[in-house]
Amino acid sequence: MLEDNRGWWDKLRRPSARYSVLTLLAIGFVAGVVALGGFLGELKATAQESFCISCHEMRENVYEEYKNTAHFSNKSGVRATCADCHLAEDLLPKMARKVAASREVFHKIMGTINTKEKFEEHRLTMAKRVWEGMKANDSRECRSCHDGKSMDYSKQSRRAREQHIKGDNEGLTCIECHKGIAHRLPDMREIDPSAVIIVQ
Amino acid sequence: MKKYMSLVVLSCVASCLLMASPAAAETVQSLRGAREIESPSQKPEVEKLIADQRPIKRDFVQQPPLIPHKTEGYLVTRNYNKCLSCHSWANYKSAGATKISPTHFVDSHGKELTNVAPRRYFCVQCHVTQADAPVLIENTFEPMQAIK
Repeated sequence: MLEDNRGWWDKLRRPSARYSVLTLLAIGFVAGVVALGGFLGELKATAQESFCISCHEMRENVYEEYKNTAHFSNKSGVRATCADCHLAEDLLPKMARKVAASREVFHKIMGTINTKEKFEEHRLTMAKRVWEGMKANDSRECRSCHDGKSMDYSKQSRRAREQHIKGDNEGLTCIECHKGIAHRLPDMREIDPSAVIIVQ
Repeated sequence: MKKYMSLVVLSCVASCLLMASPAAAETVQSLRGAREIESPSQKPEVEKLIADQRPIKRDFVQQPPLIPHKTEGYLVTRNYNKCLSCHSWANYKSAGATKISPTHFVDSHGKELTNVAPRRYFCVQCHVTQADAPVLIENTFEPMQAIK
């Protein structure tokens, strides 16, 4: 056998002399399936509620608050969990959100919101980020359950019906009115001072 | 002797009072019914709140208007008052709601404030939701002529 003095890159580029194309294809296919399975499995695992609340920042603040809302417990027993509202269903926007979550990992490490007080201090910033995201995608995650096309206004109460029709006419999206429905609101004095207690 | 007599009278009065008290307990019925203090109360029916209706007429002039809709999940916290998100002067028009009265901007010293007074911030201290429940005690109250 000839001594092979080429570098590793050249070795990688050289066609195989030992394995048939079919064998290589089969190995590649199996490896691909395993890798894809692992990737999708990880995507699924990191979209579980148990994963979200494995950080105390989530568990002790937003999760506790959410447990008192209709999205956690209601008459029909249908529950929307973290990912149903905060993670897109389609792969590309889902991946984008997962990449953006690196910021959350960074601040977890930095301990930016690791106490109740710090969390409250940052609540407005964080809430605004979520509201802006939802406004930009026309409340996509809301609508994956609450689809406007299957919403019968005539079955709603008068107040709900009137407000929904008004919202439609003004081109509003869900989040513009339905803020703070699953978590506590931040200090709203800069957004709606007429509805905040201000000691004078 | 006089001292002795007054003692007798006093004890008579005391025993009369003691005998009368069980009778009084029978005439005054608590809403809980005649139950031992330690025994559990009867479970109240779970009454559904009235979901949505037109504003409810007042029964007397000073009555805080009743809430004609559900308020489940509406929080009134230091950060925000969900009621005022529709009923404040800034929001009532777009929400199609009743606005809070001007009395709500006056503090306990009669001073006019530029926003809702802290003592008027906690809406459900005076304004309450309604359930379609049987009345606990019948009453014959009639609204006064002016608002009848």
